[in-house]
Amino acid sequence: MTVELLSANHGAALAATLAARANRKGRGFCSGVYPITPSTECMEYLCQQKIEKGRVIRVESEHSAMGVCIGAASAGARSFTATSSNGLAYMYENCIAAASLRLPVVLAVANRTMGPPWNIWADHSDALTLRDHGLIQFYCADNQELFDSVLAAFRLAEDKRVMMPVMVNMEGFILSHTVAQTEIPDQGQVDDFLPLTDIPHRLGHTPHTLGQIEIPHQTEMHRWQHHTAMLEVPKIYGEIQSEFEAVFGRRLADAVVAYRAEDADTLIVSMGTIGSTAERVVDTLRAEGHRVGALRVRLFRPLPVEAIRSHYAGKKRIAVIDRNISLGLGGVLWSETRCLADPGTVVQNYVAGLGGGDVRPEHLVAMLANLEQRKFSGAPAMMEAV
Amino acid sequence: MFEPALEGMAQTALDRCEPLFRKGNTNCGGCGMSITLQMLRHAVAERPVQLIVPASCAAVAGGTFPQSTFGVPTLMTTFASAPAAASGIASVAALNGEELRTIILAGDGGTFDIGFACLSAAAERNEDILYICYDNEIYGNTGGQRSSATPAGAVTTNTPDGKLEQKKDILAILAAHRIPYAASISLAHAEDTHRKMRYALDQKGFRFLHVLSPCPTGWKSEPALGLELVRLAVRSGLFPVYEIFDGKRHVVNIEPDFSDEALNMYLSLQRRFQKSGLEAADLRPAIDRYWQNLRALSGRIVPARRDG
Repeated sequence: MTVELLSANHGAALAATLAARANRKGRGFCSGVYPITPSTECMEYLCQQKIEKGRVIRVESEHSAMGVCIGAASAGARSFTATSSNGLAYMYENCIAAASLRLPVVLAVANRTMGPPWNIWADHSDALTLRDHGLIQFYCADNQELFDSVLAAFRLAEDKRVMMPVMVNMEGFILSHTVAQTEIPDQGQVDDFLPLTDIPHRLGHTPHTLGQIEIPHQTEMHRWQHHTAMLEVPKIYGEIQSEFEAVFGRRLADAVVAYRAEDADTLIVSMGTIGSTAERVVDTLRAEGHRVGALRVRLFRPLPVEAIRSHYAGKKRIAVIDRNISLGLGGVLWSETRCLADPGTVVQNYVAGLGGGDVRPEHLVAMLANLEQRKFSGAPAMMEAV
Repeated sequence: MFEPALEGMAQTALDRCEPLFRKGNTNCGGCGMSITLQMLRHAVAERPVQLIVPASCAAVAGGTFPQSTFGVPTLMTTFASAPAAASGIASVAALNGEELRTIILAGDGGTFDIGFACLSAAAERNEDILYICYDNEIYGNTGGQRSSATPAGAVTTNTPDGKLEQKKDILAILAAHRIPYAASISLAHAEDTHRKMRYALDQKGFRFLHVLSPCPTGWKSEPALGLELVRLAVRSGLFPVYEIFDGKRHVVNIEPDFSDEALNMYLSLQRRFQKSGLEAADLRPAIDRYWQNLRALSGRIVPARRDG
């Protein structure tokens, strides 16, 4: 174990490199990569690594980057790629193909808003467009968590009960370009943590076709199998957390991270780095005597419904802060979780930090002041309008 | 001109036991892709093969889950991704020291149009892939729309008055990537086809085979006349059959007779050319120009067209 100063982008690439090398005695590693701000540094770092029994293919588009990963995983190799924003949108079709073919590709996304008009800064609107198609989604709040999540993502994706792509999200620049001390395990530890990649339905010698035509009831059954497998993910993730701790000696962050939430009347709910800010705000307000807590949803797909419901239970007011907006409805996290609160709870949506706007402690304090005055849940509010 | 009958392809001890393309598939009668796969079966023999098939008629022909029409492991990819996915498959095979032939079977839509950037990139990287384009000059799977491989004058469902633009010269474009091997294939010339398929199978790097693939449904032609149409296209010079090594050395494999008789026959046997009333005289200047250039490239000091 060493400690290195790394950006989150480089951390994701280093985690992927260690995972790639860990499969050197298996069928190796193959990855397609293509640059886009702000995830470029991730692929650059990966391209600088020497990987025994590995190849990183510099393709001509994100669509092809995931195409290479699909081919690599179909051939039984470990696979990884990284992208952002319009790159993810361009990759969209193949992300869905990888998911439906049940291929365990790991995808690091440096979240950036969609363009044009061009804006290279962070929000979650890129990744959330892919929420419905069978990719597991994690949203991270700091460098170490991102590094650990990428490592764990390989373990989770390749678990035979799971077998699907895992997307690990970091907000562009806010996290992707933040340099912080990161604990890096030895190759031996990673070898212990990650079994050799074994994809049962990979192309081998027996003639069979991956991805051919299905008739309606077959598609229905495959979707349902995929859905059922996703529902198992929180339990399997719990097992992986235990093994992660046993091998690396530190705790892999929970699927849902609660902070001083148990006895709180008011809860701040968010995803990604806003969650860290929320914890700081909780400390400040607690010192002033307010019973406030924070909840950070790290695993967004599958949505840990029971965990969120139990944290929402008994709360008077809940502020759901979304760094995204489903236009015509409101924040996605809010719209998906408001039904999990008790009937009398005020669940108010605050849309904040779209296109990379700073969400600072004072913004959260203002939202909470606004929330205190509400007797009923209202329509989603923009941060600037609070 | 060497034109053996199809019976000449009867299975021998050297041929592959299992067909690449099994009976009971859903292809139309007279489909050139079916013939291509039967020919490929004999060329492949016992070499280990995996197929990568983008969205196309071949993807439909692959059969319904859980059956597989293809007699080898096959990956169906999204429309524009076959060369990328094949790059992954070929790379993993190489990393594991496996003697695999990674073969893409794609139509003209997946090759000339939507998959073109991906194809160009894989060719530029010289990936170890054999790319076979069965070019039926139409989007057959969606019911017959124009592609950039559709020849001028052909009626399609979205060019009801006949397409105005000329067909892309895909072989020249691939040759410009300086790939180890690019060739056009005439299904009517089995021996030449087998030789080139075998050669392409055993080369390293990116190899491209362009097959003129009769489509009775799209061409509005008699299913039984598919090979005859290919023969006429080759004879008349409309479909030059040649190979290009490393983007430099051009070798003409089959000498046309450049007869207007063959060209008129080719046009008149397909209802897709009826509306535009295309005749040999309309096509001849472009064919002559193409062959003058091909002669120059192949270093043959003979006239493009021998009269009389």
